[in-house]
This record gives sequence, C-alpha cells and structure tokens, in this order.
Amino acid sequence: MPLLQLVDVSKKFGQVVVAERISLEIGAGDAVGIVGPNGAGKTSLFAMISGDIRPDGGAIIFDGTDLSHLLPAKRAKAGIGRTYQVPRPFEHMTVFENALVAAQQGARLMGRRSHAQAYDALERTGLADQVNRPAGEMTLLHRKRLELARALASSPRIVLLDEIAGGLTDLEVNELTAIVRELKTDGIAVVWIEHVVRALLSTVDRLVCLAAGSIVADGEPREVLASDAVRAVYMGGKIINEVLPS
Amino acid sequence: MSEALLEVRSVVVHHGQLKAVDDVSFTLNDGEILAMIGANGAGKSTLLRTIAGLHRATSGTIAVDGKDLSAMPPHRRVRLGISLVPEGRHLFSTMTLEENLKVGAYHARKGPFTIDRIYELFDWMPERRRQRAWQLSGGEQQAVSIGRALVANPRILLLDELSLGLAPIVIERIYNLVPEIVAHGVSILLVEQDVAQGVTMADRIHCLLEGRTSLTGVPTDLTSEQIDHAYFGAELSSTTPPEAAAP
Repeated sequence: MPLLQLVDVSKKFGQVVVAERISLEIGAGDAVGIVGPNGAGKTSLFAMISGDIRPDGGAIIFDGTDLSHLLPAKRAKAGIGRTYQVPRPFEHMTVFENALVAAQQGARLMGRRSHAQAYDALERTGLADQVNRPAGEMTLLHRKRLELARALASSPRIVLLDEIAGGLTDLEVNELTAIVRELKTDGIAVVWIEHVVRALLSTVDRLVCLAAGSIVADGEPREVLASDAVRAVYMGGKIINEVLPS
Repeated sequence: MSEALLEVRSVVVHHGQLKAVDDVSFTLNDGEILAMIGANGAGKSTLLRTIAGLHRATSGTIAVDGKDLSAMPPHRRVRLGISLVPEGRHLFSTMTLEENLKVGAYHARKGPFTIDRIYELFDWMPERRRQRAWQLSGGEQQAVSIGRALVANPRILLLDELSLGLAPIVIERIYNLVPEIVAHGVSILLVEQDVAQGVTMADRIHCLLEGRTSLTGVPTDLTSEQIDHAYFGAELSSTTPPEAAAP
C-alpha cells in the first residue's frame, strides 16, 4: 500500500486549472522530485496535500485513510510535514522555539521529549549553533534550514519540500541535498519541488513533471528530463534538436 | 576595437536576500539579436528589468556607448535608447490603443518609428485605435506593447517573453516583425523561454542557470546537448544509466 495516494485530484482557480485529475502514489521512503514551469500547479498540489487549499474533486489518501476533509493541523499530526517556498518562521521567537512549536503542535510531544525532538531537528539541519538566535535575524540559507527543521520536528513520515535550494550557493545546495539524502536513509518519504535540477538529480529516484495542472512525465529522473514532453514544456513548442545539430 | 552598444559587466541583482543575478557579463553590438535563455527562475527577466532600470543592481555596471547608466532612472534610459516590452504586456488597460502608443512616445528619441509607422506595421490598428486596451486579444495587446516600445525609437529593444500565453500563429506573426525592426538599426535583447524560437532568431545566445552564465555562443556552433546541459545544469542522456552519468 502506498504511503500517500492522490486519486483524480482536481482544482481550478477561476478559469485557471492547477490540477486536472492528478493521480500519484508515493511509497514509504520514496524520494520524488517535482519539476515544471511557473504556474504548472506544483505548489498548489502541495497545498492540497497539506490541507492549505481544498481540492474541487478527488481524494488524498495517507496510509490508507482519506484525509481530504481534514484540516492542516490534523494532517501534520498524521505525519505530513511541509516547507514553504517563502520561509515564514515566527520572527520574534528563537530558532529553538520555532522548532519546539512544531514538536509540540505537530508531533504532540510535551516536556523533555518535545525539547529533545526540537533540538534533534535543528541538529540534523545544521542549526544546533543557532538555537538562541531570533529567527527574524537569520540569513536565507538558515531560514530555509529552519523550514526543514520545523517540518522534521513534527515527526513526519513524509516531507513536502518546496524550493528549498533556490537562491543558494553551490556549497549550500550540496549541504542541503546531503540533509535530504539522510532523510531518505531514515525512511522518511520526500517529495521535493525544485528548479535547481542538479540538486534533485543527486537526491531523488523518481521525477514527475507537471504542466498546466497535469502530469506530463513520471519516471527515472534523467529520462524524464530528456523526454520530448518535458523539453517541450521547458524549452517551448519545438524540440531544440529540430533547430540545432545533434 | 569598436565599442559595444550595450555592455553589462559583472552585474549582481538581489531580490531581498535572494541573489537572482550573479556576476553576469555580456555585450550587445549594433544591429545584433542576442537571445537570453534559461529555465524558470534563472534570472533572465530580472536582468532585463535591471537594464531597463526597473531593478537596481547590487553591483556591476550597465553601459551604453561606454556611458555607465547604473544609477539612471528608467525614463532617462528610454531617452538614451533603451525600451522594454515587459513580460505580460502591462498596457494601461483603461486607455485606448492609441493613448498607449502616445505614452510610449512621451520620452521618444528622434527616429523612424512614429505612431503612423506603427499603424503601417500593424495594419489592423488604425481601425481599432479608439478601443480600450483591455478589449484587445492577448496577441493584439502584445503588438500594442511592442508598438509602445518602438515609438520611443530605441537603439536597444528589450523583449521579455513575447510568446508567453499566445497562440503559435500569433507568435509567428509577431516574430516575423523582428527582422524589419532590426533593419531600422535597432539591436534586440530577447528573453525567451521558447528556446527554439530564441535560437532560430538570434545571432548569439546567452544561457543563464540559477542566476549565472552557463553557456554563450553562436547558435550554429552549439549542440542541443550543450544547451540541455546549460539549461538544466546536468547531463541528460536517456541512454546513459543514472549511476554512470552522476557527477
């Protein structure tokens, strides 16, 4: 049984289709990348899985239970953690307090156990030396790491990562991918929306390409990127091979 | 050696903490078409808007005829000959077609492009010159946006994603005008996600990846594999097993 199953999930904003009967299965411990042009529906898909927006139709099944009508907090408790493209920490809280909120509200831990969980998440994401710093003073890299730490502190069985590598240096991207690979090793399923393709290629086993709310390719990452369907989506109507020598 | 018309040197642009353009340099010569290509978020539009003066560069210089205009506001850059056709057209939607063109002519330099000349280029326009911009189709709006930029008589025309959201036949019609524009002595810096379109039109291409230059060259000297690599930052051979292809 897949850990997460989307069945015919659909969503429109006015006339704009962001999901057109999307069906997708993610297994426990899978690492799946999601790519696609702006407006393809990638972040909306995450928002429907995490419960931030409600689909017009279809079902979101997690570990055999239909979560479609549950609020985001209940989904987090069920084991769905996510990060947001624009990190939004509690700016006036310390880094540790931010992770602690996730451990207490997401994982439902209290007392020492919640503190240990929060600290562990910060250690895994390389923020152990930042614990007392106000989150509002952090650099972009550290904010992105704190997003990940908050998701991990809620004891997820699956994490949805939304562009955590954008705007980072090569070294920072490498450090982040190493953290994500560790999650895989720990059996946490990862679904990662990312424009930094090389980060995905070093991490995921499977790549899904979305365009205009539909899945246009799904499979081995390099094969997906090399497919005519994905090249057409990324590079325009004609296939580049048609206008250049091979 | 003759001086480049436009010289962008070591330009860095930030959006907040995010470095959108990272140490990019290139030149654009008289009468040349340069296509700036790259995936979403590569920094193409930010770079174009920075040249137009709509973003301030964190560092680096942008010079026309050797004159640094990094600190110059957009309207003064128009007087120097830089006009932008922005992504999404951005017409004044409640103004008429003709009023939009008049706005473009407000800071115009002397040159061949008058409103009458634009009406010759787009022969459907005179009949509809009193229609509000919002009443026009996407392709018609794009044509007005190009006309609005041309009536300023630019030496450098910055075209940002002309093909976005338009039907292929409309895109073809619009791109068919480019040689005529260049024939009037206008140099073009073209941002285009439709790589085949950019490569077909341009004298040179410049590919950005995550804000940095990943490839430059003359289209006929480049292979599709080089462009793939510059575009995605990775080798993509469907016949190569991933283990063997990994860096």
